[in-house]
Amino acid sequence: MTPRRKRLLIICLSVAGLAIAAGLILTAFEKNLMYFYSPTEVAEGAAPESRPFRLGGMVVDGSILRQPQGLGVFFTVTDYAHERVVYYEGILPDLFREGQGIVANGQLNDTGVFVANEVLAKHDENYMPPEVADAVAAGKARSGASDGTPAGNL
Amino acid sequence: MFAFLHKYASLMHFYRLSARWSGWLALATALLMAYGLYGGLVTAPADYQQGDSFRIIYIHVPSAWMSLFVYMCMAGAGAIALVWKIKLAEIWLRASAPLGASFTFLALVTGSIWGKPMWGTWWVWDARLTSELILLFLYLGIMALDNAIEDRRTGARAAAVLTLIGVVNIPIIHYSVEWWSTLHQGPTVSKLDRPSIHIDMLIPLLVMAFAFTTFYFAAALARVRGGILAYDRNTNWVRDLVGRGTVRGHG
Repeated sequence: MTPRRKRLLIICLSVAGLAIAAGLILTAFEKNLMYFYSPTEVAEGAAPESRPFRLGGMVVDGSILRQPQGLGVFFTVTDYAHERVVYYEGILPDLFREGQGIVANGQLNDTGVFVANEVLAKHDENYMPPEVADAVAAGKARSGASDGTPAGNL
Repeated sequence: MFAFLHKYASLMHFYRLSARWSGWLALATALLMAYGLYGGLVTAPADYQQGDSFRIIYIHVPSAWMSLFVYMCMAGAGAIALVWKIKLAEIWLRASAPLGASFTFLALVTGSIWGKPMWGTWWVWDARLTSELILLFLYLGIMALDNAIEDRRTGARAAAVLTLIGVVNIPIIHYSVEWWSTLHQGPTVSKLDRPSIHIDMLIPLLVMAFAFTTFYFAAALARVRGGILAYDRNTNWVRDLVGRGTVRGHG
C-alpha cells in the first residue's frame, strides 16, 4: 500500500468514524434537540408536567377568544390528532392567525390549559403571491377539501 | 495524465493560467447580481403571508447555501492537501475560510433580521440555528488554527484536519429541519414533490445563488493568487515577476 493510499484510507475511516459517533450522540440527545412538543405528545404525557416546555401546533380556525379586557387571549392548537387550549397575555406576532403554525413557551396549569409566556409564529415553507394563495384556497373550497388539510407544515 | 495534472497544480502554472479568471468571474457576478436583485426586489410579487418582508430571502438563502458550499469546497481541498500534498489545495483551503465565515455570518444576521418580525424573536436555540452557529465557530476555529502555527505547511495540514472533522456538521445543518421539530421551516427549493415557491419568486433566487457562487470563486481566486506569491516568494519566477530580485515578506 502506497503512503498516499494509506493517508486516503485513514481520512475516509476517520470521517466515517466521526459521522457514526455524531449520529449516536444526536440519537441519544434526540429529545433535547426537539424544539417543541406536539399536542399529541402532551396528551400522551411525554411533555414535562411541572416545568416549562414549548408546545407547537396549528391555531384552530375560530378558536381565538380574546378577553373583553386586557391582552389575554385563549386559542386552541392542534396537530390534527389532539388539541390543547393555550392562554397567553401579551402582544402576538404579526403572523399569528387562524390556521398558522405557532410555538408557545409555557407550562400546563392544573386544569390542563397551557399558559404561555411567549408565542412565536412559525411560518411555512411556501412562498406565493396573494392572488395565487386566493386561487389555491378557492380551488380547495370548490373541491370540498375542508377536511383539515394542513395550511402549512409543522 | 498525472504530468498534465501536476502542471495545473504547479503554483507557477496556475498563477499564469488564472490571470484573467478572476476578472471574468467578477463581471459575471456583477451582471447576475444586478439581474437577481432587480428580479427579487422589483419584479417578484409580494408574498401572501409575509408581504414584502420575504424579500430578504434573496440574501439570506444564497448566503446560507454558500456557507455550506464553501465548506464542502474546503473539505475537498483539505482531503487533497492531506492525501496528495498539493500546495494549491492548501492555499485554496486557507483562502476560502474567511469567505465561508462571511457567508455564514451574513446568513445568521439576515436570518435574525427576518426572524424578529415574522417569528417574533431574534434568535432561538433550535437545531437549524444552532448548527449554523456551530458552522461559524468552525470557520473561525480553522482560521485561528491555521494562523496559530508558525510553519505554513503544518498550519495548512492542521486546518485541513479540523475542516474534515467539521464535515459531520454539514448534513446536520441540512437535515436539521427534517430530523427534529424546529422553529425554522422546512426546505422550499430542494423539495421535489411539489413547488413551494412561485416561479416568479424562484428565478431571481436561483440567479442570486449563481451570483453568490461566481462571487465566491472570483474572491477565492484573487486570494489564492496572492497566496501563491506569498508561498513561492523565494523562487526565481516570483523574483522575475516582481523584477527587483527579492520579494520581502515575513513568517
